[in-house]
Amino acid sequence: MYKQKLADFIYLLKQNKLFAAALFTLVLLYLSAIFAGFISPYRYDSEDRTKSFHPPTPVYFTDGEGGLAWPYVKDYEFEFDDYHRRIYEPVEGSRNRLQLFPEGEKYNFLGLLETRRRLFGVEDDGKIYLFGADSRGRDLFSRIIYGGRVSLSIGLIGVSISLLLGLLIGGISGYLGGLVDNFIQRLIEVIMLVPAFFLLLALRSAFPLDWTSVRVYFFIIIIMSFIGWASLARVIRGMVLSLREKQFVEAARVSGVPGPVILIKHILPNTASYFIVAATVSIPGYILGESALSLLGLGIQDPHASWGNLLQDAMSISQLQLHPWVLLPGLFIFLTVMSFNLVGDALRDILDPEHEVSGGNLV
Amino acid sequence: MGNVILHRLIIAVFLLLIVTLVTFVLIQMTPGNYFDQLRANPRISEELVESLEERYGVDDPVLVQYGRWLVNLASGDMGYSFGHQRPITGLLLERFGNTIFLMLASLFFTWAFALPLGIYAAVHHNRILDRIFSFFAFIGMSIPNFFLCFLLLYLASHFYFWPIGGMTSPHYAELGLFARLADLFQHMAIPVAVIATGAMAGLQRITRSNMLEVLRRQYILSARARGLPENRVIYRHALRNAVNPLITIFGYQFTTLVSGAALVEIIAGWPGMGQLMLESVQSRDQFVVVGLVLASGVLLILGNLVADILLAVVDPRVRFGARENV
Repeated sequence: MYKQKLADFIYLLKQNKLFAAALFTLVLLYLSAIFAGFISPYRYDSEDRTKSFHPPTPVYFTDGEGGLAWPYVKDYEFEFDDYHRRIYEPVEGSRNRLQLFPEGEKYNFLGLLETRRRLFGVEDDGKIYLFGADSRGRDLFSRIIYGGRVSLSIGLIGVSISLLLGLLIGGISGYLGGLVDNFIQRLIEVIMLVPAFFLLLALRSAFPLDWTSVRVYFFIIIIMSFIGWASLARVIRGMVLSLREKQFVEAARVSGVPGPVILIKHILPNTASYFIVAATVSIPGYILGESALSLLGLGIQDPHASWGNLLQDAMSISQLQLHPWVLLPGLFIFLTVMSFNLVGDALRDILDPEHEVSGGNLV
Repeated sequence: MGNVILHRLIIAVFLLLIVTLVTFVLIQMTPGNYFDQLRANPRISEELVESLEERYGVDDPVLVQYGRWLVNLASGDMGYSFGHQRPITGLLLERFGNTIFLMLASLFFTWAFALPLGIYAAVHHNRILDRIFSFFAFIGMSIPNFFLCFLLLYLASHFYFWPIGGMTSPHYAELGLFARLADLFQHMAIPVAVIATGAMAGLQRITRSNMLEVLRRQYILSARARGLPENRVIYRHALRNAVNPLITIFGYQFTTLVSGAALVEIIAGWPGMGQLMLESVQSRDQFVVVGLVLASGVLLILGNLVADILLAVVDPRVRFGARENV
């Protein structure tokens, strides 16, 4: 059966170009997060306050006289305008040539070795800001790549915990029935009674607001899983209720297989198709939840980056108006969410066409 | 049917009690008494802090405090907002009203656009417009609300063609009635557009797939075979059966809308419940947080109730109690 599914999967990859593209995008994003130190030209926290809100530096491939040139970026100078805002202008004729594999700031490669080699950079004192800079002159591109580590991993870990909880609690609820089932159902209703966003904020407010980023990171995962398991458990319970009446369960029971083993080895594997699809379409909810919290200043704290807290600069309309590139992290969130939705849609078509699975987004 | 609704309401009230109790206890456990913050605020007199402390009995056990909160709640007093320096009940009602207003407008646009688009797409299955609609529905479903909101705000501020931020312009009070309405609608437009886009995309997809499924049924074939005009087949025979199940979606949609709207409110500066929630969390205005948890829960219950009643109106099986587990 699994061989058949795998064959379906490969067929689907060839047939559905969008699905293949989405999968490719996701792989690319996750790889860039894993190799963030190598891909980003600067560290996420290396600032240069003289370059506050530096605009994106386009990469030039021509020497200005129609001939090709080794790719370079220009230097920028700024003047203050009447409102004391910095207005940057490129310096004509300046040329900072791009370098492949230059030595940059030190970073830890996959936790294995310390190195300075980075994928690209520019010569001498020049700076390359592919996506512009933030208020402290930190490179937005590097920060987005590093931020992906937080944003992308929260989705995966959060969903895994929710699924595990949902599977176990939902399974027990459906299999045992009676009082236990009743209690669990009420518990689920309590969690689902309050809109997720309000519950998220209320839970967040019960803990110190000035926690370090690492603590907040784990805390966010825990509260989002705590909210997220409920809707999954509800569906799993429904499936277990009908599965436990099936003959193969009866057969297992008659042959003396203990209850927990029946549940885990015989019943729950039958819900696999559903929860693979549910997992895929739920991940965006976690990414969005983290983004929302960090965006509001209740999540990952500066100088650490996540796609949500990078968007904080966009919260002020005047900043947004002057420096529209601060929206770029949002584009990454959008791309990720869309890719997961596309993959989820395609997986549903092969795995579980009869259930309308919804992610139940947190925000 | 009435019994069923009453039964559900009783359970809902019971659940709300549990939720508020848990929130209350959790927030009380947080280190840092909010009265300390008050004392640090030079604008608030020591006497006021003491009278408040006495009134809310901060030194009592949590359960006693919760009991007192409940008793006060029964008489319509939800406590005092320290951040806003006014009783919470009035504040909350005001914000509740603003949020409901925003949501009703969003729901209206969601349904007014999603239904016709979904039906059109199903009837013209796999034609070019169907594909275009599906494409946009997919984009709409995937684009994060806050991102879309930022984009629209940026466009509006960049081209200076649209007032943004808040609910009204600063000169609102000087305007005449119609100008006031126009001003209000202009300020609503961006949050409504954002909230409606996300909801619309999902609803349009579901309408389309429901309609497609109904169009494949035998009775549609037989209607066509009898030579009925195509319009009649689609709008009388197919549509009514395709739309009924959508009403159950209404309740679910409401749930996600309340959450989604809260963040959009904050970004667009709409003075609703979401914005109040953020302020209160930031300023540790704990009674407001508990009040908002309660209010948002009530909002969800109301949404589900409306969905139940609508379902009973359109579906006689529900009305006469034939359906189990309503």
